[in-house]
Amino acid sequence: MALSARTLKVGDTHEEHIVNNLTRTQLVQYAGASGDYNPIHTDEVFTTKVAGYPSVFAHGMLTMGMTGKMLTNYVGDGRLTKYGVRFTRQVWPGDTLTAKATVEAIREEGGQHFVDLAVSTVNQDGAEVVSGYASARIDP
Amino acid sequence: MAVKKFPIEAGHIMLFARAIGDDNKIYHDEDYAKATEPGSILAPPTFAIASAQFDPDYPLRPRVGQSWFGSGKEPTGVQRSSGGGSGGGGGGLHAEQHFEYHRHLKPGDVLTATVKPGKTWEKEGRRSGKLVFSETVTEYRDQNGELVITARGVGVRTERPVDQQ
Repeated sequence: MALSARTLKVGDTHEEHIVNNLTRTQLVQYAGASGDYNPIHTDEVFTTKVAGYPSVFAHGMLTMGMTGKMLTNYVGDGRLTKYGVRFTRQVWPGDTLTAKATVEAIREEGGQHFVDLAVSTVNQDGAEVVSGYASARIDP
Repeated sequence: MAVKKFPIEAGHIMLFARAIGDDNKIYHDEDYAKATEPGSILAPPTFAIASAQFDPDYPLRPRVGQSWFGSGKEPTGVQRSSGGGSGGGGGGLHAEQHFEYHRHLKPGDVLTATVKPGKTWEKEGRRSGKLVFSETVTEYRDQNGELVITARGVGVRTERPVDQQ
């Protein structure tokens, strides 16, 4: 299940569809679970009439969380040592997102093997919504 | 800003995993989790952000007896002067988030979170006017005082809503 330094190569990739046709209901779910009730994510009236956006949009952390699902599916549970992102574009209801990890380095530190990954999530138009990195412990 | 007690609870982990669309059984099935390498239910990697639930002063949660800036009878419950320059709608937008895991969270952990302000900087944005960035560093410690997660967040306030063209 876990990745192995023996078989992994720089340039290897892992890609997953992380959401199809993102719903406003999922934004409500995420607001409730995370505790971030900023109305720009759930309140269409406020968002269009006061904040000045065409509709509610996803919490950045929801996109980071969905992208994290692709990472844990790839590296295994409890293996991540670092995970960071920049939110480069907003994510809207109806969006379909694909997240991808690319192996940048395989290294050893104090007898423990690690993989460094570049992380990128794009929408249905191929525009990047999240750009980041992750590191994880891997088997020898 | 600080969280004195952030209890990591199995039910909360299940709801959070559902919200991010992750049906991995390690987030909700104790028997399955026992047979995995971690040996117990774990929290997903971005779960620490839900410490907001346990921050008594978190500004993005409605509070009993106080007006809320989301819509009710009117589009907003808070009247603010025009041209206030908060295109994100009160809370700004999230620009970056970084986590360093010293270990992963599991039910039964009880964390504290201390938040330190970091750098602030400005940039002229192509799609939203002047951008003011501010960084915070949050250290999550467990019931034994051990550092378990270091989180660095960057928020941005935009001069006007982000242009969608």
